[in-house]
Amino acid sequence: MQLTVWTYEGPPHVGAMRIATAMRDVHYVLHAPQGDTYADLLFTMIERRGARPPVTYTTFQARDLGGDTAELFKQAAREAYERFQPRALLVGASCTAELIQDDPGGLAQGLGLPIPIIPLELPAYQRKENWGASETFYRLVRTLAGANDPSPGAARPKREGGGRPSCNLLGPSALGFRHRDDVQEITALLDRLGVNVAVVAPMGATCADIARLGEADFNVVLYPEIAATAAQWLHRTFAQPIVSTVPIGVGATRDFIAEIARVAGIDPTVELSGSPSRLSWYSRSVDSTYLTGKRVFIFGDATHVVAAARVAADELGFSIAGLGTYSRELAREVRAAAAARNVEALITDDYLEVEARIAQLQPELVLGTQMERHIAKRLGIPCAVISAPVHVQDFPARHSPQMGWEGANNLFDTWVHPLMMGLEEHLLTMFRGDTEFTDTAPSHLGAASAHSAPEDVAPSSSTTAWTAEAERELHKIPFFVRGKARRNTERFAATRAIATITVDTLYDAKAHFGR
Amino acid sequence: MNACADEAAVAARTSPPRIVTERGQREVFCGLTGIIWLHRKLQDAFFLVVGSRTCAHLIQSAAGVMIFAEPRFATAIIGERDLAGLADANAELDRVVSELLARRPDTRLLFLVGSCPSEVIKLDLSRAAQRLSRQFMPRVRVLNYSGSGIETTFTQGEDACLAALVNELPELAAAAPKSLLIVGTLADVIEDQFRRLFAALGIERVDFLPPRRATELPAVGANTRFLLAQPFLADTARALEARGARRIAAPFPLGVEGTTLWFEAAAREWQIDAAHAHSVTAAASERAARALERHRPRLAGKSIFFFPDSQLEVPLARFLARELSMRLIEVGTPYLHREHLAEELALLPAATQITEGQHVDRQLDRCRAAQPDLAVCGLGLANPLEAEGIVTKWSIEFVFTPIQGYEQAADLAELCARPLIRQSLLAV
Ligand code: SF4
Repeated sequence: MQLTVWTYEGPPHVGAMRIATAMRDVHYVLHAPQGDTYADLLFTMIERRGARPPVTYTTFQARDLGGDTAELFKQAAREAYERFQPRALLVGASCTAELIQDDPGGLAQGLGLPIPIIPLELPAYQRKENWGASETFYRLVRTLAGANDPSPGAARPKREGGGRPSCNLLGPSALGFRHRDDVQEITALLDRLGVNVAVVAPMGATCADIARLGEADFNVVLYPEIAATAAQWLHRTFAQPIVSTVPIGVGATRDFIAEIARVAGIDPTVELSGSPSRLSWYSRSVDSTYLTGKRVFIFGDATHVVAAARVAADELGFSIAGLGTYSRELAREVRAAAAARNVEALITDDYLEVEARIAQLQPELVLGTQMERHIAKRLGIPCAVISAPVHVQDFPARHSPQMGWEGANNLFDTWVHPLMMGLEEHLLTMFRGDTEFTDTAPSHLGAASAHSAPEDVAPSSSTTAWTAEAERELHKIPFFVRGKARRNTERFAATRAIATITVDTLYDAKAHFGR
Repeated sequence: MNACADEAAVAARTSPPRIVTERGQREVFCGLTGIIWLHRKLQDAFFLVVGSRTCAHLIQSAAGVMIFAEPRFATAIIGERDLAGLADANAELDRVVSELLARRPDTRLLFLVGSCPSEVIKLDLSRAAQRLSRQFMPRVRVLNYSGSGIETTFTQGEDACLAALVNELPELAAAAPKSLLIVGTLADVIEDQFRRLFAALGIERVDFLPPRRATELPAVGANTRFLLAQPFLADTARALEARGARRIAAPFPLGVEGTTLWFEAAAREWQIDAAHAHSVTAAASERAARALERHRPRLAGKSIFFFPDSQLEVPLARFLARELSMRLIEVGTPYLHREHLAEELALLPAATQITEGQHVDRQLDRCRAAQPDLAVCGLGLANPLEAEGIVTKWSIEFVFTPIQGYEQAADLAELCARPLIRQSLLAV
């Protein structure tokens, strides 16, 4: 049993819903009690979808348990087929139905429906949403594309002479973080490179599209959490190479293009020449000097965290104070990214642990999920959202990709804007003696963050005392860094068993922690 | 207004509501959802759901963007080890509770809230609650109730919670004077308004269940009379009756008429002179009626379709039909408590169509065919209906917004008028 306040991921059947909802002609019959229908609102409210997810819930009740819940399931499946006329039926159980063991797969197969039945075994007490999405996509691909698999050992048919190479974009789903915009961005980029996108899946795909996945020359995995397993199976079955670089950030986009060029046998020079993203210049422009060494904490799904670490360190000149993920399935990749930046990865789905880590590290910027946004708000730390779990704000009306050149532009804007502008910070330091620049002067960080800043909290350890003079000196430090100065000084004092903090201690600590 | 009620009663006898029961997919939350408003009301209580990741995700999703610093609810997520018997689920629960109470030393009342998984695996939370109570009393009292989707629908979670509280209420002395208990969560501001009105009527001892703090549990006994403030409290009422309390039958305090009839029912029970009762409520009721008039032009003659959600549908329909002249196409409700709603049913327009239970796809077909001016529905259905051109009102707002009593009658009308106003404003 695990005590949980907020969860990063839903149960695995929500992952299955993300696949079903992304597609156009599948239906999902889910053996589940009525409360589980809450999941519909994720799609209709957060993503503002104008149609219900293609899901039928059996909504069995306690009084059905003694009787025939299996019959209820069969009836729901039959009715769903008749009403929605899907081209394939996904069937499965939610956490409660898993316990009553009705075997939805077997029951649905027994109905003799004239469409493929895809049973989903999603162990709700072990696995979570992303795993459920991945497994569902894999099952769908295996069933529908598998029907067209070549005879073992057969060579891939040669492309028609002169035709453009083609690929599938795999992974974009419903409720994904900016998936809609990434697909548009990457499709355009591939088009400029001379590569056709044959199928995007699951987003917008039909069962017929899934069936012809094997026809493309290669697969591009945009979101490994969802599509890596399916892509590996396609690789084994159809000998389709996998492009696995995730094009988030300038460097990764360059690598992505190089990888596409290699796999597709095309020349990327034109696309790589010039300065396709403004991030490169903006980051070199003098006002960005102030970004140097900003301590940043990164948390989210593995793909976005690994990409963000690279962008933060190599493209914005931040220093990585810590990073982590809730995606246990990809913990290895995140650990490696952390090791490359000399920090230890935090692999957890416990929100409280993440909060404690952020409070302890006192970063100057948090790049995280909506959960970290709330943590950061409370701690008075600027924050930008980089990853699911999504929130209604993560579906902006404007085009706002994370991937490709325009994606890099977006990263620059959304990560830098929450920070105090360089010149503003400079002025605040210069004029800190001025009454206008006191703690109570208005700040664009908002009254709430200024007032809830850790500075207001009484010194954490009661054993260290501050001399009045040191306390006065502390107050000459701008309010937005004062909390950190206080904590650092106290930590410094504690490790050296200094009982009373003097002005000298303050500056000793500053020298010690200064970069 | 009484004359009006009598007429309706005659109409209802000659042409009572047509009640159809439907079975099929229900599109309603489970009782866990009640935690979202209950934990705000009971300020020293903590709600620990013993359930799955789904349960935790439901509460978080239904709470939407309201992420509090550290809310007074959490989920003990049952893991594979608990199911496989590798870990003793009871020992695990004790560990989680100790951990929780150490983190939240301000907790005075802890609810262990049962879920579908905990019930299917027959984890006995009432025994766990007794065991943990023994361990943590007197600092923390531990109770349990079911919020599971196989046992409870949406607002029934509050019913189960309050029913569990009833057993803990102190005994009202047999010699104590008659006292009034108002049952069902109300916003603090409404409680205060109601207290003032009861005092003006001359009813001195008035308590509310749930109280604002778990340490302020009202006493109950044979001299307790109770008025339901919410229409979904079947088990709570039964538990109170088992403690000797008697229910005062009344419609619910929604709208001017409902509020007046509700207060008058209490006044009659206390044998308060009708003229005096009228003089007490007159000013507020006239003010409320005037405020309602502003919304009338928007709503009068418009048709409305209710999908089942909170069990507030019947009183809401009665208010919108009688005080704002809306036309009722279908009134869906997850359950219809015929006894508690008898006074409401009698006030409904002749031959009102009521659907108990749900088959969501068929109901959507009926809604599309009827093309109502306004559909009241849950969050999963609202945007899809809007996309089809049907204007909607989220039913969940009726449980989160103060709508009871005179001063809120116009707010309630406004909640229903707002989507229509918005639709008339937009030119995109
Ligand atoms: S319906 Fe049951 S399993 Fe689903 S969230 Fe509610 S209590 Fe949990």
